[in-house]
Amino acid sequence: MIQVEDLSKFYGSVQAVSGLSFEVKKGEVLGFLGPNGAGKTTTMKMLTCYLPPSSGRATIFGFDIMKDSMEVRKRTGYLPEKSPLYTDMRVGEYLAFVARLRGVPGDRISSSVEMSVEACGLGSVFVKSIGHLSKGFQQRVGIAQAIIHDPELLILDEPTIGLDPKQIIDIRRLITNLGKDRTVILSSHILPEVNQVCGRVIILDKGRLVAVDTPDNLREKLRKFRVTFVTAASSGGNVGTQDILGGIGGVTGVRETAREKDASTFRIESAPDRDLRNEIAVRLVSAGVPLFELRSEEMSLEDIFIQLVTEEKN
Amino acid sequence: MRKFLAIYSRELRYYFRSITAYAVISIFLVLSGYFFFSIFRFYNVLSLQAIKNNDFSGNLNLVDGVMRPVMGNISVILLILLPLLTMRLIAEEKKQGTFELLLTLPVSDPAVVAGKYLSALTVYAVMLAATLLYPVLLMVFADPEIPPVLSGYLGLFLMGASFIAIGTFFSSLTSNQLIAGVSTFGVSLLFLIIGWAAPLAGPVMSAVLSELSFLVHFESFSKGVIDTKDITYYLFLTGFFIFLTLRSLESARWRS
Repeated sequence: MIQVEDLSKFYGSVQAVSGLSFEVKKGEVLGFLGPNGAGKTTTMKMLTCYLPPSSGRATIFGFDIMKDSMEVRKRTGYLPEKSPLYTDMRVGEYLAFVARLRGVPGDRISSSVEMSVEACGLGSVFVKSIGHLSKGFQQRVGIAQAIIHDPELLILDEPTIGLDPKQIIDIRRLITNLGKDRTVILSSHILPEVNQVCGRVIILDKGRLVAVDTPDNLREKLRKFRVTFVTAASSGGNVGTQDILGGIGGVTGVRETAREKDASTFRIESAPDRDLRNEIAVRLVSAGVPLFELRSEEMSLEDIFIQLVTEEKN
Repeated sequence: MRKFLAIYSRELRYYFRSITAYAVISIFLVLSGYFFFSIFRFYNVLSLQAIKNNDFSGNLNLVDGVMRPVMGNISVILLILLPLLTMRLIAEEKKQGTFELLLTLPVSDPAVVAGKYLSALTVYAVMLAATLLYPVLLMVFADPEIPPVLSGYLGLFLMGASFIAIGTFFSSLTSNQLIAGVSTFGVSLLFLIIGWAAPLAGPVMSAVLSELSFLVHFESFSKGVIDTKDITYYLFLTGFFIFLTLRSLESARWRS
């Protein structure tokens, strides 16, 4: 549905986005992930026809973002990084204004305002002036204006920025709901957010595409080693337990991370392709060391992200 | 057209819901009322003397003695107040971040500019119409010539329309309202007084300078002469700055 080919953007001599190519399928929730200044916002501004690309092309629903910009704009909902709110207007009035500019037919304006008020939970502030709302409600009004015309594509630039944890959870839930029947592109530098909400992730750094895949696949592909935590009795001396663990085939490192009165926790690194939990349990128990806990640690998207971004730098 | 109306009515609502319109209109009326009052008083004294002396009564009439000076003063008040009305038009959107929304909505730039320009023009029309009270007062107590008053008002309206176009343009250049307002004031003032340099310039330059001047073109309107040359001048100037505004919106996409 969205095709981006070799998209680049220069701000003067600074290259914000370079040679970006990717595809988005209908119904996908895609996340842009990257540190500040990675080119996420610039890419979104190009896709929403706000900034023209310096080179390359992109088509959305088969419409070129430069040549058929009006067609693209009609079908897209956009929440810029800074919520585009007229603080002097009331919530309902503002939504009706945007609906009118979005080209919603006159007889459907009130029903579409109702729909987006409902979806974003704005009923209680409908008649309030936007300037008097809390940041969380303002952000919701921003999202409400983006979905007012029931667009096929929703582009949200850092939708949860500046919100408190409760509001973040609400907004994420809202985005997940919206993503059920439309395509969503969102950007974030909060990793768990992308992990939770997005089906696919594009990692950007310094305007370049570093990786694109599902969060699970990224994790699998980029795993350098597997980490297993073991908590076992320390009776008989830790040296003994640590030696037993170190002697298991495939283990590349053992480190004691915590010690309690009668137990120690060890962090075990091993090759990524083998799960050692079974063997660890058998070895410890057969050596007569009581086993309290055994768990394998998932590599977080955070680790992958830092790994990718630092690799790029080197 | 619907989209233009949506923007136009939003802008108008902004002016009249915030105190902007009321502040500008009431200050305008206080100042122009003061000028009308003092000029009229002065005219009163003159006419009393004329009755006593009986010699220069022929030169004395309400249009030349009251309405023309009042309208001349109004044009100077406009110079100061209209930039305050127009400076927010686009600069505020840039500051608030709504500019990005506006440019990514399926709305054409001309609809945006027309909506904004005409909303400011409407506020101006309202405040100018309120000053019609002065000629009406004259008509109640005396018998002024009506056509020169009407043509003078047409001239004032066209001059204000040009000021507003200049203001819209400068508002589109920056996100800082103060800079937009000050630039508008500076350029409008230059257009108002550029004719003063005419007597000192060479024959060709002198004609060019006086033809560029707001005051020179307003002069004939206030005398009761409606010349297509003068109307064309104001319309051209207005159109030119509206055109520049459209260019500026387009280039904002490329420059940012």
